[in-house]
Amino acid sequence: MQQFADYLLDEGLLAGMPKSLGYVLVVAFFAFVLLNFIMLVAGVTSWLERRVWARIQSRIGPNRVGPQGAIQWLADGIKNIMKEDIVPTAADAPLFKLAPYLAMIGFFGAWACVPFGDGLIVADLNVGVLYITAVTGLVVVGILMAGWASNNKWALLGGIRSAAQIVSYEIPAAIAVNTVILLTGTLSMQGIIRAQGWAPWNWFLFDNPFTFVAFFLFFVALLAEGNRTPFDLPEAESELVAGAFTEYSGLRSLLFFLVEWGNLYIVGALCTSLFLGGWQVPAFTDNGFLLGLAQFVVFFAKSYFLVFVAMWIRATLPRVRVDQLMSVCWKYLVPISFVNLLGAMLWVVAFPNGWLPMRLGMFLFGVMTTLYFLMRVAFHLRRARPLMTWNPIA
Amino acid sequence: MSTNAIDLDIVREHPQGLETEEMTLNMGPQHPSTHGVLRFVVKADGEVMRRAIPDIGYLHRSIEKIAEKVGYHGFMPYTDRVDYVSAMQCNQGWAMACEALAGITVPRRGEYCRVIACEFGRIASHLLSVGATGMDIGAVTPFTHAIREREYINDILEELCGARLTFNFMRIGGCAWDLPPGFTRRAIAFLDRFEPLIDEFNELISFNKIYVERLADVAVIPAEMAIAYNLVGPNLRGSGVRYDVRKDAPYSVYPEFEFDVPVGTGERGTVGDSYDRYMVRMREMKESCKILRQALAGVPEGPVVAKVPRTFRPPAGEAYVRVEASRGDMGWFVVSDGSAFPYRVHIRTGSFAAMAVIEEISRGLMIADLVAVIATLDIVAPEVDR
Repeated sequence: MQQFADYLLDEGLLAGMPKSLGYVLVVAFFAFVLLNFIMLVAGVTSWLERRVWARIQSRIGPNRVGPQGAIQWLADGIKNIMKEDIVPTAADAPLFKLAPYLAMIGFFGAWACVPFGDGLIVADLNVGVLYITAVTGLVVVGILMAGWASNNKWALLGGIRSAAQIVSYEIPAAIAVNTVILLTGTLSMQGIIRAQGWAPWNWFLFDNPFTFVAFFLFFVALLAEGNRTPFDLPEAESELVAGAFTEYSGLRSLLFFLVEWGNLYIVGALCTSLFLGGWQVPAFTDNGFLLGLAQFVVFFAKSYFLVFVAMWIRATLPRVRVDQLMSVCWKYLVPISFVNLLGAMLWVVAFPNGWLPMRLGMFLFGVMTTLYFLMRVAFHLRRARPLMTWNPIA
Repeated sequence: MSTNAIDLDIVREHPQGLETEEMTLNMGPQHPSTHGVLRFVVKADGEVMRRAIPDIGYLHRSIEKIAEKVGYHGFMPYTDRVDYVSAMQCNQGWAMACEALAGITVPRRGEYCRVIACEFGRIASHLLSVGATGMDIGAVTPFTHAIREREYINDILEELCGARLTFNFMRIGGCAWDLPPGFTRRAIAFLDRFEPLIDEFNELISFNKIYVERLADVAVIPAEMAIAYNLVGPNLRGSGVRYDVRKDAPYSVYPEFEFDVPVGTGERGTVGDSYDRYMVRMREMKESCKILRQALAGVPEGPVVAKVPRTFRPPAGEAYVRVEASRGDMGWFVVSDGSAFPYRVHIRTGSFAAMAVIEEISRGLMIADLVAVIATLDIVAPEVDR
C-alpha cells in the first residue's frame, strides 16, 4: 500500500498536490475503504455466528433476509440506525456519547496493521505487533467510560470487570507474542509472516514445543481481551443484564457490537499471522494478481477458521466467575507463559535456525491430534443423527 | 417485607484506614436471570455480596381467595397457575384435597393416568430447571437442547389433554380424559429416545470443568439448615436428606412402583452445594422415566373418573394433603363449611421456603453466584407468591 500511496503522490492522480495534503487524502481514502471492509466483515461474522450457534443448538437461525439469511446483518444494522438514541437523564452525557467512538477508534486503529496479503496492508509498521497490542487497549477505555458514564450500577460493574480483565490478559498475550519475536527478530507483521513458509511445518505453530504452547496461550488471552465466552464477563447477560452496554441503544449500541464482532476477526488474523503462516502460499504462478488473490483467500480462510473455533467455544462453554477469571490469568497463564518464554529463549540459543526433525514431529503430532478429534466428531455426529431426525408423531 | 428495614448506607472502616461504601443493587424484577419476577436487594462490596434480601409479592394473584368464589370444580384451571412449570402435580394436589374431604375413591386407571401425567410433568419441569441453570452460568446450548426435549413432552401431554402448559387435566375423582389410542406406544418411544439423552446432556454440560467449578462448593446448605428452613423436594435431597413424599407419605399408586430417591452425595464438593442440587434433578429425571415405564406397562382397564355430583358439596370439615411436586412437598389445605364453595384454601409450596434460605446462604458469595443459587434452588416466581 505504501508503494501505491507513493505512486499516487508522485505520478498518479495527486501528483500536482502539496505532499501534506496528498497524504491526508490518501489516508482518508484508505480509511474509507477499510471502514467499509470492516463493516462487511463484522456484519458477515455476526450472521455467521448466529447461524453456527443455531446449528449447534439444534435451531435454524436467521434465514429470511436474503439467501439463507445472508444479509440479515444489514437489516439489523438499518433497524439499529433508525432506533432512538437514548441518553439517560442521570448519565454523564458527553462521556456517554463519546465512549462508543473511543472503543471504535481502538479497534479500528488495529486494522491498519492487519495484513491481507503480500503488500496488502495499510501500514507495515516496523513495530506492528506492539502497535496492535497497544492500540487495542483503547477499547478498554471506551468500555470503562461507557460503564462509568451510564450511571448504572450494573454497567459500572461491567466496566470495572472489563478493565480488570483486559489489562490482566494483555500480559500473557504480550509474552506469547514475544516467543514469536524471539524467532523472527522483527515486530513487523509482514516480517513475521515472511519468516514462515507456506508448508504447515514451516509455520511457527509447529516450530518447537514452546511456540505450540504459546499459540494456545495467545488464543485464550485474545479471547479474554475480546470479551468472548468463556470470558464474556463485561456483558454477562445473565448476571449484569448487558454489562457496560446496558443503557445504550440504537447506533451507539451497534458500534459496541461492531467492535466485538470485528475484534473476532482481528483475533483470527493475529493468530494466523503470528503462528499459522499468514498469507503464505506456494509460488504456483507468475501472475501477480492471481498470486495476490490466492494469498488473500488463504489468509481469510485461516482467519475465519479461528473465528469459527471462537464461535464454537462460545456455544459450548459456560462463563467463568470473576475471581476464577483472575486466578486463571495470574496463577496459570502468566507463570506458564513466562516459563514458556524461557524455554523458547533456550531453544533459540540451541537451534538458531530451527530444527527440522522437531518441526516435522510437531506437525505430525498436530495432524494426529486433529485426526483423532475429527474421528470423535464424526462418531458423535453418527450417533446423534437418529436422535436429530426423530419424529415424535410417528 | 419492606426495604426500609435495610440500613442503606453502611460505611465500613478498613483496618488500613480506607473507607469503602457498600453498594445497594436492585436485582429484578426485570433482571434477565431472576426467572420471572423475583426481586433481590443486594448489598454488595464490589462483586462480593454482603446480603441478598429477597423481596416477594410481584406475582401475587390471590389464587387462594379465588378458590372461595369459584367452587370446587371451578378452581381446577386455577391450580395450573400455582406452578405453571409443572401444573400436573398442582392439579393432583387440589383433586386429592377435595377427594379427601368427600371421601371419594379414584378408579385405578384414573390414578395411573395421573401418575403418568405427573411424571411427564416432573421431567418437563426438571428439564427447564437444568437448562436454565446452564443458561444462567453462561452456556446457552444446554438450554435449547433441554427445551427441545421439553417440547416433545409438551406434545405428549397435549395429546393427553389438549394443552401444552396449563393442562387442566384432572378432575375431582379422576382425570378428565382417558389415554388416547396409541398414547402408550408414543410415550415409550419418547422414553427410549430420552433416557440416553440424559447421559448426553451430562456429557454436554454437567461434567464440564468450568461448570463444575461454578457450582461445586457454592452456596452449601447443610442438612440441618435445610430442615430448619423447611426446604423440600430436590433442594432438601440435595443436602443429603432422603425424603420424598412419594416414598415417605405415599399417595396415589406410587407404592406400586420401584424407584430410587436420589440424594446429594457431594461428588464434586460438599454435600448440599449447588452442584448436588443440580445433579439430584438430573437423576430424578431418570427415576421418573423408570416410574413412567412401569406405569405405562401396567395401566389397568376401567373408568378414569369416579361418579362425582356436578354440584360438589363436601361435608363440613377440613383436609390437608401433600403431593411431591417438581419443587418438592406441596401441601393443599382446604376447609369446607358444607356449601358448594370452599371456606378457605391454603397452598404450601417449595419455592417459598427456598426463597427464604437465600438470604442466609448468599453471604460472602459473588454476584454471579446469586444467579447460580436462584437457578439451582429452582425458584419459580408464581409458586412463591400464588
